[in-house]
Amino acid sequence: MINAVGRNIPDELLVHGKEVYQGKNYMDGKQVRKASPVTVRHEKPQESKLCETIREACEKCGAHDGMTFSFHTEFRDGDYVAAMVCKVLVEEMGLKDLHVAATSLGTAQDIFADYMEQGIIVEAQTSGVRGRIGETISNGKLQNPVIIRSHGGRPRAVEAGEVHIDIAFLAAATSDCCGNAKGQGGKNNCGSMGFANHDAKYADHTVIITDTLVPFPNLPSSISCIDVDAVVVVDEIGDPKKIATKEARLTQDPRELMMAKNVANVIAATPYFKDGFSFQTGVGGPSLAVNRFLEEHMEKAGIKMSFALGGTSSAICALQDKGYVDYILDTQDFDEGAAKHLFSNPHHIEIDLSEYANAGNKGAYVNKLDYVVLSALEIDTKFNVNVITGSDGILRGAPGGHPDTAAGSKCCIIVTPLIRGRMATVCKDVVTVTTPGDCVDVLVTDYGIAVNPLRQDIIDCLDSAGIKHVSIESLQEKAYDLVGEPEALQFEDNVVAIVEARDGTILDVVRQIKPYSFD
Amino acid sequence: MTKEIHRPRPEKDRLRRTMMFMNAQKPALIRDAYIYGSDSIILDLEDAVAENQKDAARFSLYHALQEIDYGDTEVIVRINGLDTPHWQEDIRVCVAAGADGIRIAKCENAEMVRIVDQAVEKAEIEFGVEVGRTLLMAALESPLGIMNAYEIVTASPRMFGCAISGGDFRKSMHVQIEDGGIEMLAARGQMLLAARAAGVQCFDTMYPNVDDMEGFKKEVIQNHKMGFDGKSLINPRQIEFVHETFAPTEKEIAYAEKLVLSCQAQADAGIGVYTVDGKMVDIPFFEDAKRIIKLAKACGVYHGEL
Repeated sequence: MINAVGRNIPDELLVHGKEVYQGKNYMDGKQVRKASPVTVRHEKPQESKLCETIREACEKCGAHDGMTFSFHTEFRDGDYVAAMVCKVLVEEMGLKDLHVAATSLGTAQDIFADYMEQGIIVEAQTSGVRGRIGETISNGKLQNPVIIRSHGGRPRAVEAGEVHIDIAFLAAATSDCCGNAKGQGGKNNCGSMGFANHDAKYADHTVIITDTLVPFPNLPSSISCIDVDAVVVVDEIGDPKKIATKEARLTQDPRELMMAKNVANVIAATPYFKDGFSFQTGVGGPSLAVNRFLEEHMEKAGIKMSFALGGTSSAICALQDKGYVDYILDTQDFDEGAAKHLFSNPHHIEIDLSEYANAGNKGAYVNKLDYVVLSALEIDTKFNVNVITGSDGILRGAPGGHPDTAAGSKCCIIVTPLIRGRMATVCKDVVTVTTPGDCVDVLVTDYGIAVNPLRQDIIDCLDSAGIKHVSIESLQEKAYDLVGEPEALQFEDNVVAIVEARDGTILDVVRQIKPYSFD
Repeated sequence: MTKEIHRPRPEKDRLRRTMMFMNAQKPALIRDAYIYGSDSIILDLEDAVAENQKDAARFSLYHALQEIDYGDTEVIVRINGLDTPHWQEDIRVCVAAGADGIRIAKCENAEMVRIVDQAVEKAEIEFGVEVGRTLLMAALESPLGIMNAYEIVTASPRMFGCAISGGDFRKSMHVQIEDGGIEMLAARGQMLLAARAAGVQCFDTMYPNVDDMEGFKKEVIQNHKMGFDGKSLINPRQIEFVHETFAPTEKEIAYAEKLVLSCQAQADAGIGVYTVDGKMVDIPFFEDAKRIIKLAKACGVYHGEL
């Protein structure tokens, strides 16, 4: 069945009430009954929930064949815990038919690729796929298609009961013996635990894994002891070098600076740019640099931000310290400075992914967002964005909060160079739609700015501010002039991944890539 | 061999606030040199290119000019000096590829301009390019070049202007770059006089320290106050400040507009000298006001009805 972004969704996927994507806000106002986890009563006085080993904790929580386990990726590429746990489940306990519910899958979980190829991990749902796992999945090695959900789509699916987590294994920088846990104060700190705390509330069992046991009570905490079954202390939960990077230096690349400046100019030309506006941006070169140019506009206009949302960098913390930002609502910290800042500023607050971006609750923070600045691997002339598949059709990206913030915000700006190497970023049709074009408002490239024709109001704003813009088709033509039109990728028929829209409908599918041949 | 030239016919008297140098040898650099919005780009075959890479740079330049749509950005090529074995071939490539103009390096006298002019004309005939299409500008890099500025800029009808080149000039004067620019004050002034006397444009040297934005800004402001038309640049980050500085202010535009409108009215009434806002004005004021309006239009900051 063809959906609202023109993608053909196989009928066999449209079962159990699954629908194809129908357009923005299709599910608005719908009532949902939340799924609740099973808990266990602890009436007797209790000394501690400490377990000697991960295996002991798994056994205590009833780990079994066919179960779904989850983990979070606040420790990013430096995470040891997911791989450590999975090894125990598979190699020590001999479990099989495992289902994985991850916030992302990357190089830190490379070992999962082996278990996928061996048929031990049979299903996965995630908000991002990178490294070997992406290649394994794209080559059709997993029994069932992976479900790609956005940061808001994941808690939606959990709350709707579409994903039921048997055991959540949650790495924490510190924990006390009863499971009050957080991302700070230990040997390896990640700052915000926004990816983790929702799982603790919805999983049947929660195991905290830390390398720094602290005296009870470890408060204030991100995860409450009332949701925790077991605590395991290991030597190291991660590699600090790969957890948080040093503060990203502001780019000196004139191309990135020019794009960032143009993004800030677009923002300043629209009516939402007034005292109390809200804003989110990423950490890529041009995105990060937007902070600097936005500061100049805020200074000139004499206004400040009510809140900055999402993944947090030192750049936005510095803006808060200068008085330009009232609140930072933080789901993850990109650098050490931001992680420290979270715990030293009362207006810098950790929020979970449901609060951040879930379209299935009574109003996530993205719904109050004025501007979001996002990047793209590809964007097509319908303004559809791809952030999941590379130019070779292999899974190697992460929607994260991209579709959620694009949909929720009043003005979604994509910033990307027109070409990367020999690839056109602006193209006729993206390989995979991860953010639908009806949620994307403005495209800023190094060769010019284009506004989605759905947003005549923004077109008028740019015209009256004297900001030049062109059609997205002319940018696509320019890109093809420079690097040529790419040949269509060759796929097999079988679906290796389902890209779910944030409302739970199916936005696109990724099929198995055909091995390249010269025929 | 005749190749079609895609670029519009170059204009001598166009806006040239910023002329950005790019190494012609690097295809990735010159492919999209125009996206930063400088008025002109100068593709360099001279100092930026190593002696054994001159040929490669010419190929890269030729293909760039043939294949890339630079839009309304002017494309100038800095050729190698007349004391090198490269300049004739440089000129043939510029003309065949359809460069808008040629910057003559180390120009010291009118004879050098005439030699280049003749070589350009020969190439235009060779490649079937309209004779006279290719413009020239002179880089004055020595005290002799400055002393001969007037004869240089009047030596060919192709000449649209001259620029001082600070690096070489300072060396020959035994001076260093100074805060405030006193070391080149006389040379800048003399070159400006010559250019204005000849009715051509005049450009200042590039500012070498890319990271010193404060020093750069001071120099740009001084350039503007001295009467330069524009400046050579070496980094896209420098473009915006020059454009801001060289654009007429709102106040200047408003006054110029008032002058032009009142002058038309006064002329109709047969009055020569009169006052605007309490200041005496006459015909030269009117001419300058028209120039400001024209500049404001070219800079994209004029939204009035003139």
